[in-house]
Amino acid sequence: MSETQMLIEQLVDQREEHLLEIRREAELTGQVKSPGVRPEGSPFPIASPQTGYYQQPLLKEPQWTQLIPFYFFVGGAAGSLGVIGSLADVLGDEKRLAEQARWLAFGGSVLSGALLVTDLGRSSRFLNMLRVFKPQSTMSMGSWILSGFSVFASISSAADAMDALWGANLLSHLLRGMGRFGSVIFGMPFHNYTGVLLATTAMPVWNARANSLPGHFGMSGLQSGVSILELMGHEDNRALNLLGVLSASMETWEKIDISKSNARALLPLKHGGSGVLVSTGAWLSGPVPLLFRIGSVFLPERSVALRRLAACAGIVGSLFTRYGWVQAGKSSARDWRLALEIEAPKEVAMPTTAKRSTGRVIAKAAGAICVLATAFFVLRRKF
Amino acid sequence: MSEKMGNFEVQPGKKTAFFTDSTTCIGCKACEVACKEWNGLEADGYNFSGFSYDNTVGLGASTWRHVKFVEDTPIPGLGGNSPDHNSWEFSSDVCKHCEVAGCLEACPTGALVRTEFGGVFLQPDICNGCAYCVISCPFGVVQKNEEDGRAFKCTFCTDRQKVGLEPACAKACPTQSIQFGVLETMEEKAADRLAVLQDRGMADAQIYNPTHTSVKGIHALFLIRGEPETYNLPPNPEVPTIYLRDGWKSAARDGFLLLAGVAAAFMAARSGRKDGIHV
Ligand code: SF4
Repeated sequence: MSETQMLIEQLVDQREEHLLEIRREAELTGQVKSPGVRPEGSPFPIASPQTGYYQQPLLKEPQWTQLIPFYFFVGGAAGSLGVIGSLADVLGDEKRLAEQARWLAFGGSVLSGALLVTDLGRSSRFLNMLRVFKPQSTMSMGSWILSGFSVFASISSAADAMDALWGANLLSHLLRGMGRFGSVIFGMPFHNYTGVLLATTAMPVWNARANSLPGHFGMSGLQSGVSILELMGHEDNRALNLLGVLSASMETWEKIDISKSNARALLPLKHGGSGVLVSTGAWLSGPVPLLFRIGSVFLPERSVALRRLAACAGIVGSLFTRYGWVQAGKSSARDWRLALEIEAPKEVAMPTTAKRSTGRVIAKAAGAICVLATAFFVLRRKF
Repeated sequence: MSEKMGNFEVQPGKKTAFFTDSTTCIGCKACEVACKEWNGLEADGYNFSGFSYDNTVGLGASTWRHVKFVEDTPIPGLGGNSPDHNSWEFSSDVCKHCEVAGCLEACPTGALVRTEFGGVFLQPDICNGCAYCVISCPFGVVQKNEEDGRAFKCTFCTDRQKVGLEPACAKACPTQSIQFGVLETMEEKAADRLAVLQDRGMADAQIYNPTHTSVKGIHALFLIRGEPETYNLPPNPEVPTIYLRDGWKSAARDGFLLLAGVAAAFMAARSGRKDGIHV
């Protein structure tokens, strides 16, 4: 029994005793002079160094709409595709793939802007972001990175359009060079700055991973970019598979690193609704595609099917990762103990029941069914 | 310079501050009301919090002063508490107007500015509602008004200070629990008051002013009894900009990994194709 419960029982006993005393007093003297009892609900909640201010959370939760995690997904993919589209043709002789990647990057940058503007409510509001250039504000840097990337992605696509309309000419050549250079320079930060955006806030779960969240988000972006290209008909491209293996390995490493840590701030990544989202995302962007991609190398006749599956897992995993992390930030703000640095009792810090919660059981069962079904289809049928 | 209207003297180049003394606060909420009146803020509505007598619960987009009702175990003999009843300390909370402010650093539009009085002011005509300040304040002060779409917080009554008036809350306080003036004077007043209380045997009294963290001090000093956690004041608030270095380092590492990965993968695939490897 906890200390408070014992205190409550003790007080209830005292109260009942006191009621009897009042009755005796009334019987004996015909009037009651002693004070009454404490009302139901005593003892009242007490503010204390152990319970904080009545367990009211200090920090405010993120007030972004559900469009923002989707923007993280789109931006991550677009940034990576910008880099792929600018290098695949010069370094890898992949003209068609590069052009598709550039168009996707351009479309992604337009969609990114649209998502941000919709979240702000009024389109004119986005322009206020460009009033100042503030290195210490990641939101400001992000706005500039997005704007820069959009400009260069459009230049690249303009060059491609000119080629298609009038054939290659000097101007399109010049523009492509510019677009190529800018898309690489801005694509690198655009594909991962959203991790920095989350890390440089007061949300404990986000800033606790400041030195790996940007990398995590970046690799998630690369994974989804690669996966989108594969699903557009490049599932036999060897370079994309290599990149897929790279990002899936990094995501697997991140997953292991997070589960190894016992830091209390990371709890929302492992438990509750956000925990289910994050760990599903981690499985689908790490071990699962990694397995399929390596399998595709060793099973050439099933390679295309395996690559498609890896791509689907990667895209869904990336989406889950983004929504999961944003959700984890909200749970983290609600954890009133974290900001006040109050140590949590063992059952809160290490919830054992959470391991058996329905959400987890469902998630695990669904995961197992998916893997089994996949194995069945891949090994039994031709796609 | 505008004409002097009130009793508070604006001194050019001098920073100002609040000093809120929880030992003299009577929980009348005059400051909350005065703030709402002066700034034309919405009422909080008839919410029942279910804990203590505090139904305001916390600071927010339309609540820039909030009187905390801190109920504590009985402390007989101090503050006139009877041994049977919980002791009550009230403390009027407000934006801390940090020396290094998380909200101000995070603002991408320049809507949040430092005023000549050392306070942090949010210009509503420039705010675009990105809500990044909301999650960058280590004290959970700023909030976005979902209907209006912009963020709001205490203005430090910059408009009043400019014409020599003290902030509305300080003016309305009937017990001088909220005092206002030049920062150094307030620091002295706080120290003097602390000495008096400790002389009387109130050993748990202390001044809350986190100068030891990256916040580097606040422009709203609080005299509290017991630990800051009891008042929902973080013992070690940090400005989130301290994570910038780690964050961008990770981003740079990953950016180069992307660049090197893409270059290596496509070059390897090309040379593999030449050698007849197609998987
Ligand atoms: S308390 Fe919060 S809102 Fe007030 S100045 Fe500090 S960071 Fe900004």
